[in-house]
Amino acid sequence: MIDMSADGSAPAPAKNSLHAADERTRRRNAAEKRFRAYGVAAIVTGLLALVFLVYAILSNGLPAFQRTVVNIEFTMTQEQFDEAESALLKTRVYTDFFIGALTDSLETRGLDAEFDGGTVERLLGKVGGTLRSHYRENPGDIGQAISFELPASSRVDRYFKGTFTRESVGEGNRFMQPGDLDLVDALAEAGVIIQTFNWQFITGVDTGVDNPGGAGIGASVLGSFMMMIVVLVLSLPIGVAASIYLEEFAPKNWFTDLIEVNISNLAAVPSIVFGILGLAVFIQFMHLPQSAPLVGGLVLTLMTLPTIIISTRASLKSVPPSIRDAALAVGASKMQSVFHHVLPLAMPGILTGTIIGLAQALGETAPLLLIGMVGFVARYPETFLEGFEGPNSAMPAQIYNWASRSDAVFTEKAWGGIIILLIFLLSMNIIAILLRRKFERRW
Amino acid sequence: MPVFWLVIIVLALAAAGYLLGRSRALQSAGGDSRNLHSQPNYYGSHVIMWVTVPAFGLMIVWLLAQPLLIDGRIAAQLPDTAVSEDTTLGLVMSDVRRVADGLDRAVGQGAMTEEQAGSVATELADLREQLAEVGVALGSNVSSDVLNAAQRYRDFKATGSLLMGIVVIALAIAGLILALLRTTNEFRARNVVERGVLTILMFAASIAILTTIGILLSLVFNTIEFFRLYSAWDFFFGLEWAPSFSGRGGASSLGVLPLLWGTFYISLIALLVSVPIGLFAAIYLSEYATPRVRAIAKPLLEVLAGIPTIVYGLFALLTVGPMLVSVFGQNTVGWMSGGTAVMTAGLVMGVMLIPFVSSLSDDIINAVPQAMRDGSYGLGATQSETIRQVILPAALPGIVGAILLAASRAIGETMIVVLGAGAAARLSLNPFEAMTTVTAKIVSQLTGDSDFASPEALVAFALGTTLFVLTLGLNVLALYIVRKYREQYE
Repeated sequence: MIDMSADGSAPAPAKNSLHAADERTRRRNAAEKRFRAYGVAAIVTGLLALVFLVYAILSNGLPAFQRTVVNIEFTMTQEQFDEAESALLKTRVYTDFFIGALTDSLETRGLDAEFDGGTVERLLGKVGGTLRSHYRENPGDIGQAISFELPASSRVDRYFKGTFTRESVGEGNRFMQPGDLDLVDALAEAGVIIQTFNWQFITGVDTGVDNPGGAGIGASVLGSFMMMIVVLVLSLPIGVAASIYLEEFAPKNWFTDLIEVNISNLAAVPSIVFGILGLAVFIQFMHLPQSAPLVGGLVLTLMTLPTIIISTRASLKSVPPSIRDAALAVGASKMQSVFHHVLPLAMPGILTGTIIGLAQALGETAPLLLIGMVGFVARYPETFLEGFEGPNSAMPAQIYNWASRSDAVFTEKAWGGIIILLIFLLSMNIIAILLRRKFERRW
Repeated sequence: MPVFWLVIIVLALAAAGYLLGRSRALQSAGGDSRNLHSQPNYYGSHVIMWVTVPAFGLMIVWLLAQPLLIDGRIAAQLPDTAVSEDTTLGLVMSDVRRVADGLDRAVGQGAMTEEQAGSVATELADLREQLAEVGVALGSNVSSDVLNAAQRYRDFKATGSLLMGIVVIALAIAGLILALLRTTNEFRARNVVERGVLTILMFAASIAILTTIGILLSLVFNTIEFFRLYSAWDFFFGLEWAPSFSGRGGASSLGVLPLLWGTFYISLIALLVSVPIGLFAAIYLSEYATPRVRAIAKPLLEVLAGIPTIVYGLFALLTVGPMLVSVFGQNTVGWMSGGTAVMTAGLVMGVMLIPFVSSLSDDIINAVPQAMRDGSYGLGATQSETIRQVILPAALPGIVGAILLAASRAIGETMIVVLGAGAAARLSLNPFEAMTTVTAKIVSQLTGDSDFASPEALVAFALGTTLFVLTLGLNVLALYIVRKYREQYE
């Protein structure tokens, strides 16, 4: 900075040595350091948010993959079976047999504990019914020692996971009495109550509020999978065809401009607006079945198309013109040069973009809420076609559904569902990156 | 005839046509493909096009038109008594469809024979239970008018799909014969096929236009319908949002202003979080960071953009909300009463938008020519002075565009606010209070068993239109600014 004084005289020369920083230099250097620190702080804040998010997901979600089971060997003789089946309260008799077997197995281990049917029901749910249906379906098991793995109630489960403590047991709580946890401790020590991997969470279906522990995400994974099939089958050919037209054939006129403007606008339309479109056009107007993965897939196709078109055009553009010229020079038609040469060379890039578009569609929730994919779906579809037309949920919608229920066990399921969803997304993205690494070509 | 089988039949015809066309062409050339105008495959493809395109085109049109025609005829035949005072024609028609659907399903599962379904009128009482058994829940008992209409509906539908099957297959066969007749060795099959393919490509590209038209139509028609039932003045300038849940009628106040306020407030907080962090991160990454740091930090930040919004929603509801309550809740300063609040949703949305702001700004900062930096350094400016006084002013239009795009994202974001912001619509300045947004109300008004003719459900379309216009305006403005800026240095 030069100080131009009014009379135009030359400014006084600086007297300071360059070796000793003067006040202003120090200030400027401090400002420089501060500015840099802001940048570092911004990045660290962003990364901390990511770390915190991942920590929250893992710490809350991992327990959903474990469940507490009571592992007990149980023998039912033919006489006992007949006695139970002729009794008036059949499941009650089964429960009594079970209590006897449990007491015996505790005694042989040198543990002495008092409990009655009420305790068993609070800890294990309706054991009698489970046993009865097992023996009625498998009469051959009568008289033999069968090892049962019975899921413990959600409060016992949470007791082992540390979210339910002795203090939370109030007097007169009908789900858990203060003495019950003593029995639980004794059983855990005897190795009767153990923690196992919760396969049912992965393969099972949604359950009602009376059995939150048994809820699984399997059916909605299937629903998501069916939707992704629809999205892939529709959006890949349509997206590629549209990109080829726009990139290779489209003349420069108002129609092409209109298409271009539409594509870039659709890419930025909020996803919920696509949900409104799906509701009004596919369900209200065309009367397609509500809650069906088919409709979900159609809506997500329209949503993913702009993404796929944009990335496909980029990879078509990266194929050098010399390839096209060479094909034309040996007598290929324009169409042949595109389909025989340009498209195969652009395919890895197209696939990468498609997978990333699919991953985006897989995590989308809002449009699915509007077309009714949040219903309670407690069974797998029976046939392949029903998988498309029948009502089903999807992973993100199921997670939303669980999150809006009040029971803490469902909350844990929601976090667990997120882990599964993220595993799918992560593997899709890794496949895309590997594809790009393997086939990427620099011209 | 199920559509699935119809598709299979047409595809089988197409496959046969391909082989026939190919061999016929070769035959007419005396078995030597050099005498053909085009490669033999093109003659096959030519037949495929003639078989599939008209047949599938007609099928799609038919499938779209048939429900409309049937609905119209059934509605015209319904006696006036069927539409009583407390229902509308639309509701009765949806009942008719549901009963018809239920009868279909009952027949499909073997619970009823075809004749029973056609003559079930006498046993009205247990129809509802029979249908409930096969999984079709009916709200009320079926009146005989509705049942008759449903049976006629099934008849029409059966006739319609039978006719469609016959016509589509006839058209496919006609196409096959026509194409085969045209196949000679002189026929320019490649040119015809290529022209056809080009038309298909063009049609695929115009799906983008069709989608936009679909969005506009579905928004506009339902919005007009809504404004017929509810005054536009009250919607746009009403200060109260209180839909009545009792069903039709009732006094609902559907003012959009509290929702817009909630939307803007949450977006504002989100931008206050994401713009400084994103902008400084972009500046650091593009101007200061070593290539190594950049290669690690940039993808990690972008992971935040790839996480689905439902995850952020859950994060807001179950982690951030309770955390904020423990800091600002009743036990400490007492500003916050529940976990769902403007602040909760705003903070989480801010985190979501960080990579969005940072990568857009990064591109724009990188587009500023190096000569401008060098000139500034040459005058003795420090790096931060160069950034603040040269690069940022030069990149400002682009950065403003990026912020506008981020704002449009924030306004359209749904899952975070549905889970994190609460459900109460209010006009308040306290950021620790629960408020709600346009998107959250679209979801809540359209999920559940609302009937689409009531103003409480139709208001969602008016909200959707508001949202669409807002975000579209922001996007167009942002793209205009960004494009205008980019041209400056090219």
